[in-house]
Amino acid sequence: MDFGLSDDQMMLRDMLQRFLKDRYSHEARRAVLTSGQAYDTAVFAGLAELGILGAVFAPEQGGYGGTGTDLMVVFEELGRAGVIEPVLGSAVLAGGLLAALDAEGQSDVIQQVIAGETILALAHAEPQSRYDLNHVTTRASTSDGAIVLNGTKAHVLGGAQAGMLLVSAREEGDPADKHGVSLFLIPSTSVGVHCHGHVNVDGTSSARITLEAVTVDQSQRLGPPGKAYTALEAAHARATLALCAEALGAMETGKALTVEYLKERKQFGVPIGSFQALQHRLADMLIEIEQARSAVINLAGHLEADRLTRERHVSATKNLIGRVGALVAEECIQMHGGIGMTDEYAMSHHARRLVMVDHLFGDVDHHLDRFIAFSGVSETSRNSADAR
Amino acid sequence: MDLAYTQEQEQFRAQLRRFLAENLPERTRDKVRLGKRLTKAEMQDWHTMLNARGWLAMNWPREYGGAEWDAVQRQIFEEEACRAHAPRIVPFGLKMLAPVLFEFGSEDQRQRFLPPILCGEHWWCQGYSEPGAGSDLASLRTRAVREGAYYVVNGQKTWTTLGQHANWIFCLVRTDPDAKKQEGISFLLIDMDTPGVTVRPIVLIDGEAEVNEVFFDNVRVPAENLVGEENKGWTYAKYLLTHERTNIAGVGFSDAALATLKHVAAHTMASGRPLDQNPHFAARMAQAEIDLMAMRTTNLRMISAAAKGHAPGIESSMLKVKGTLLRQELSALLRRAMGPDAMPYLPDFLDGGDNADPLGPEHAPAAAPGYFNMRKLSIFGGSNEIQRTIIAKSALGL
Repeated sequence: MDFGLSDDQMMLRDMLQRFLKDRYSHEARRAVLTSGQAYDTAVFAGLAELGILGAVFAPEQGGYGGTGTDLMVVFEELGRAGVIEPVLGSAVLAGGLLAALDAEGQSDVIQQVIAGETILALAHAEPQSRYDLNHVTTRASTSDGAIVLNGTKAHVLGGAQAGMLLVSAREEGDPADKHGVSLFLIPSTSVGVHCHGHVNVDGTSSARITLEAVTVDQSQRLGPPGKAYTALEAAHARATLALCAEALGAMETGKALTVEYLKERKQFGVPIGSFQALQHRLADMLIEIEQARSAVINLAGHLEADRLTRERHVSATKNLIGRVGALVAEECIQMHGGIGMTDEYAMSHHARRLVMVDHLFGDVDHHLDRFIAFSGVSETSRNSADAR
Repeated sequence: MDLAYTQEQEQFRAQLRRFLAENLPERTRDKVRLGKRLTKAEMQDWHTMLNARGWLAMNWPREYGGAEWDAVQRQIFEEEACRAHAPRIVPFGLKMLAPVLFEFGSEDQRQRFLPPILCGEHWWCQGYSEPGAGSDLASLRTRAVREGAYYVVNGQKTWTTLGQHANWIFCLVRTDPDAKKQEGISFLLIDMDTPGVTVRPIVLIDGEAEVNEVFFDNVRVPAENLVGEENKGWTYAKYLLTHERTNIAGVGFSDAALATLKHVAAHTMASGRPLDQNPHFAARMAQAEIDLMAMRTTNLRMISAAAKGHAPGIESSMLKVKGTLLRQELSALLRRAMGPDAMPYLPDFLDGGDNADPLGPEHAPAAAPGYFNMRKLSIFGGSNEIQRTIIAKSALGL
């Protein structure tokens, strides 16, 4: 048993910490948000240059990391600083998926993603899919040897900034079938792609993308037809780990800001941190954050396990992070008082991310359901787990 | 023991319901229903409509143009107004300043300040909190120094709700810096058009500038704008805070929020079934409803005690704590019900842009901002921690 980081991982963490300390002040981040830009391109280039994007890919994929622990190390730091640059959407989710499919001739695209030269976005979720990965109604129909895509994709992370899109579409089956879903790699400038970008409550950016008779050829399909679900699920497991580690980092910052504030803020002639009612709440919060850290470690350690074990950990961790994230956000705001609610002060930004993390890749209820299904031993529950 | 409303009260309710159905503009109703931001004109129009019917100043005596409703009637109004998605009545002049003027103001002040509240000429805001005086309000430092017929005011107020729309502010100011902190405070009415008053909006976590900082730089305030006696302001402030709290249970708001939540949960599909059939979500929703049923009665118990002349004490603290937690829970459930559609931040939609795409169900855009906005409930008007301390000291003798 060893909960320590390797020398390389410690170096990566320290380097990233230094970079973000220099380049990612709350004021700078807020200036980017106010300017209407989706993110700071110079910072994103800087992250690529440091090798942060490469650290989430395995060596055989052209990266130099890619383990669960690497993801955890990187994303905890990104979360601490509240990074809105599209590392999660482009490198982990879409990039990780593309790399895992191991499709011929795609290593150039991966290299561009690692270099930060191309933003890649996974256009998979749909207006009605909520948190179900199997729900795909976008159609891929064959006509005269070409494939034509029609449908609407929602909540596409970094969709409006992406140069390339990884689009899921159904070649056969009903909307909720796992079988029948394929992935296609297309330039975002393809004829028939209409992109409506928007900012999210937490400062990240997404897009709604309409595909109107987008014509692609067979070579743009990644892997065999209709068999993309397994890879989609595994990529979401990795992205969920990254997101949970990011939340952990945001919790640590929220806690640090609150402790600092409680020592400094005086009411009734004493620091408010001297009130036992608040001390106990902060102590409870610390306990919960340690639980969150353990949950993230659990998932990081089971990312390469068999599907059932891995997905049971995905749901356990995401459920716990959802609960603790909301608790930390709400408690930190409450203990700050009004100042914790202002846009000017960093706390409210971390609180927004902590709460909105529950709306991405499945919320507490969704993962509680899945966890129960994956934990069952009877045949009925196994079938039910399989359906999820 | 009889839990039913009297026949007169039911008739009163029916009358209100008819009035709301006939008078509340559809556009305003829709904005409130969907949690969109109201303009000052929309709030003012609603006040004007109520005033025309004599119902705006529901707690005022008739001789001053009020409706003179009792506590139960006011509660029925709150329920019906929320049910109809009416804007809330902006309370600062009507429900906060006016009771202080009735109790402690001079007749001159009542004649001068009450009519402009009714007609909307004066919009009031509250100058209580300061950067260094939040929960410990009595430590406030804004100074008022008497110079002849004027007070000269210097200092800063903060968290001034809707101060951007206001032209008058009632302030707690320090008039005797040497007295014990509660004993050197006075209650002063300040025209915000006076030179030296500056208002700066504060953008909050929901992206809206609902509160403000108000700065006073050598602001000259006529001495006749002092309410009651100099250095007795803390007594008036406590009186006002009690009034502020009587309505803070917000049962009507919770009723409306629960109705919206149930509607949304029945019409939102999650993994192949309506969300209200997800056992985890349904359980939390049911628990909120059970709490609300009990709180409605707690609220009515207090109201009926008040109607018999019992002054609100720790009951208002109790209702503040429980009422705000419940409203926060309902807002959290609505946010969660929206799933991924709660993520986009769509200010154009929230500001009422008619063609703005909600990028999801119509309740989605305001779900997360509304949830974040509701965090204020347990902070303002005396934080829930302060309320718990009051309960522990006054009710439990600890």
